[in-house]
Amino acid sequence: MNQENSLEAEEKVILDDIASRLKVFGRERGELIPILQMIQERHAYIVEDAIKMTAEHLGIAICETYGVATFYNQFRFHPPGKNQIKVCLGTACHVRGGDIILENFERKLEIRDGETTPDREFSIERVVCVGCCALAPVAIVNETVQGHMAPSKVEGLILGFKIEKEKAEREKQKSEPAQ
Amino acid sequence: MAKLLVDNKEIEAKEGISLLQACLDNGIYIPNLCHIHGTDNPSASCRLCFVEIEGEDKPIPSCTVKAKDGIIVKTDTPSVRRLQCTAFKLLMSVHRVDCGHCPANKKCELQRIAKFLKVGLKPKYLELHLKETEVDESNPFLDYYPNRCVLCGKCIAVCKDKHGRAFLTFAKRGLDAVVSSYGEKDVSNLPCGKCLACIGICPVGAITSKDSPHQTA
Repeated sequence: MNQENSLEAEEKVILDDIASRLKVFGRERGELIPILQMIQERHAYIVEDAIKMTAEHLGIAICETYGVATFYNQFRFHPPGKNQIKVCLGTACHVRGGDIILENFERKLEIRDGETTPDREFSIERVVCVGCCALAPVAIVNETVQGHMAPSKVEGLILGFKIEKEKAEREKQKSEPAQ
Repeated sequence: MAKLLVDNKEIEAKEGISLLQACLDNGIYIPNLCHIHGTDNPSASCRLCFVEIEGEDKPIPSCTVKAKDGIIVKTDTPSVRRLQCTAFKLLMSVHRVDCGHCPANKKCELQRIAKFLKVGLKPKYLELHLKETEVDESNPFLDYYPNRCVLCGKCIAVCKDKHGRAFLTFAKRGLDAVVSSYGEKDVSNLPCGKCLACIGICPVGAITSKDSPHQTA
């Protein structure tokens, strides 16, 4: 419940910001993509209600706005996770089974690419070539390049983050009563 | 009136209509899915209505050319058939073949085309790529079946034509592409209850009415 409330509050802040920014934009159809880009740039993802707001601002159908926004890969519809996982599916990584690595992450975290876990810990994205094909298949986890990925490594990475999180929580609990 | 020769048969057509329309009006069937009668702006997206026209070096989608006087057309050459079969197989590789449970069974354009081209409904050498969502029930009046849809776009065109703006749109892209009525949840604002033109024009039964799920074209 608490988490839901904070999410709602967060969305409200985002929507208020977008509403104030929309005034700068004209009302021609051509402004649609610039507006979507502005939203994504400022908030890292496009909130559901922002699509409606954009449609109303431009006087076009909500579904049409949605159609345009979903067509382009650059637009995200989920907030980025604390740990961002980017799986490379460029040619070299594809040949070396990058899709299997992606599937491993997806199954392990129970989300699809482009999505974020409900606790906002992890998000998965697919990218196309990160420039180190010799290390294929490659995943980028929080700016760190992980070369020669394998299913066992996927498991290890996620386990590592979970242990780290638990450790941080334990230390927080330990330090709290002391205050 | 334009006089043209199609498969060695002389036909007459009104100047300015598409070659595809002229053939269909004269009882010469050319497979097609995305053709809308009377449109000036064919989407030519189904890639099925190819014909060969004398003087042109490649087969052309017949919906994109006008019926002109004196042109000589062949609708059944091997290269035309090859293009049509390939396009059809690709369409079927993303189609859930479950005719027994489909309201369009027996009046489905895909069944007609398969029979006409003498190819099976299930593509033999292509992998089947189905979408995860079997039915999208988000619209208050319509159900949408992504794995039946051939993405011809006729529902979107007819909706726009009837209401001045479309309540349907293409969303996502590539293998994930669907027709969506995203955000259209305001029942008082939706004309769908009285219209259902999209169901009428759908060649495959991908859109059904929530009230009468078995009604199709």
